[in-house]
Amino acid sequence: MLKYTSITELVREAEKRKVKISELTLNDQAKAIETPAEELYDRMKESFHIMEESVKDGMKKDRKSMSGLTGGEGYIMNKYAEEKKSLCGSFMSKAIARALAVAGCNASMGKIVAAPTAGSCGILPGCLVSLREDKGFAEKDLVMSMFTAGAFGMVIAERSSIAGAEGGCQAECGSAAAMAAASLVELMGGTPKQCADACAIAISNQMGLVCDPVAGLVEIPCIKRNVSGLVIAFSSADMALAGIEPKIPVDECIDAMREVGEALPASLKETAGGGLAATPTGRKLKNQIFGSGN
Amino acid sequence: MNVFDIIGPVMIGPSSSHTAGAVRLGGVVNKLADGRKIKKVEITLSGSFAKTYKGHGTDRALLAGIMGYDSFSPEIRDALDIADKKQIEYVFLKENIRGAHPNTARIHYYLEDGTEGVMQGASIGGGNILVNRINGMEVKFTGDNNTLLVMHEDTPGVIAGVTNLMHWEYEDINISNFNLSRQQKGGIAIMSIEIDNQPPETLVKDIRGIDHVINAILIRKI
Repeated sequence: MLKYTSITELVREAEKRKVKISELTLNDQAKAIETPAEELYDRMKESFHIMEESVKDGMKKDRKSMSGLTGGEGYIMNKYAEEKKSLCGSFMSKAIARALAVAGCNASMGKIVAAPTAGSCGILPGCLVSLREDKGFAEKDLVMSMFTAGAFGMVIAERSSIAGAEGGCQAECGSAAAMAAASLVELMGGTPKQCADACAIAISNQMGLVCDPVAGLVEIPCIKRNVSGLVIAFSSADMALAGIEPKIPVDECIDAMREVGEALPASLKETAGGGLAATPTGRKLKNQIFGSGN
Repeated sequence: MNVFDIIGPVMIGPSSSHTAGAVRLGGVVNKLADGRKIKKVEITLSGSFAKTYKGHGTDRALLAGIMGYDSFSPEIRDALDIADKKQIEYVFLKENIRGAHPNTARIHYYLEDGTEGVMQGASIGGGNILVNRINGMEVKFTGDNNTLLVMHEDTPGVIAGVTNLMHWEYEDINISNFNLSRQQKGGIAIMSIEIDNQPPETLVKDIRGIDHVINAILIRKI
């Protein structure tokens, strides 16, 4: 059975057996969970379908968050994308809209798949649903790639953290972007080594990102940070597929993320005590929702 | 840890601790009610729950759990309306419960048959919970396993009576965790027994028949 303590090890194992990371993971997890691989695949497929539903739900015009601070971002971005005037181009703008939609769905008490957390739930579906809808990728491949994302996420959780309260936003949106980048590379026909490279690049590019939610709610800036995670996932995957190497090996990047997370002060780890949460406007918004007594 | 801990859980947002965990805490009360109609709940929120419950929908999540919904049920968003329709009275109070985990809720429930009880528990992160008190007595269980709660008179031999019955009458049952607390010597005590297996239907009834046992409830995995 695999240990999920090193991405380099996973890559070596996949190369040795001449399989994709997703196949390696699915077969291993079937043994670990003592459930047939087909059942695990179906369970993952169900999660993919929920992701598609979250995109639709969050794209609705009138979808407001519980606090009323946010809402409608997915709808607005999608409308803009359809006007075809965007700087990022149609494909990327729609992917951005989808990440916003899923994160907005979460904020409005819709159903989501944590990937790896609720706060970062828009990144993986933003990437995968876009490949399905706009590039015609087969559902089976997309579902399988989620096992690759899961395997990389397990190593990150093991060596570092996926909780904002422990490692800041780099641990949530950073991990989600790194996982998604690996999925994208595999879907595009990249090698296991290129999956690892994309993961390393994505982590490097969000190193040090703090968790500073206004009023402690998973809204500002979390919803938009799902977009930066998504864009980093795509760009990291493309760099890796182009053959650009990360220079710092992936496991060392993850270890660095842990060290940076530990060095971050508590005020920047989900306590709403620093960063954007502590700005005059951040405080004003908090008082607006909860009253000044809190 | 497995791949579905990373790609998952499927849940209603926005927060695993303030929403998904809150549904599961409410779920403990639903199990305690054991199928009887709940008439009224007084929900006391402490710490971060008290400060941010509106923005996280913690109030809706707790009520949804009390009514038997899961942490992935879309009904959570409308739980207040559903409770109104079901004629379940609810009130939310804020109090700083001393020494409690920051995400703690205490739920006082009143059933239609006149029974009432109090459950206190915390949402400890990632949707996980820890139940701390039932009817003022300390307990300690997570809801991840099937848990037997046995209320009994504090007198010698009751624990042996319960565990012997579990072993000799149902030999497959394996206890994974055991906790005992009592109000005072010779008073009322409570055992919380987490078990690995799927408990047989007759187990609770048999335990209720043991001398000095006041009541037994099975809280199935939440």
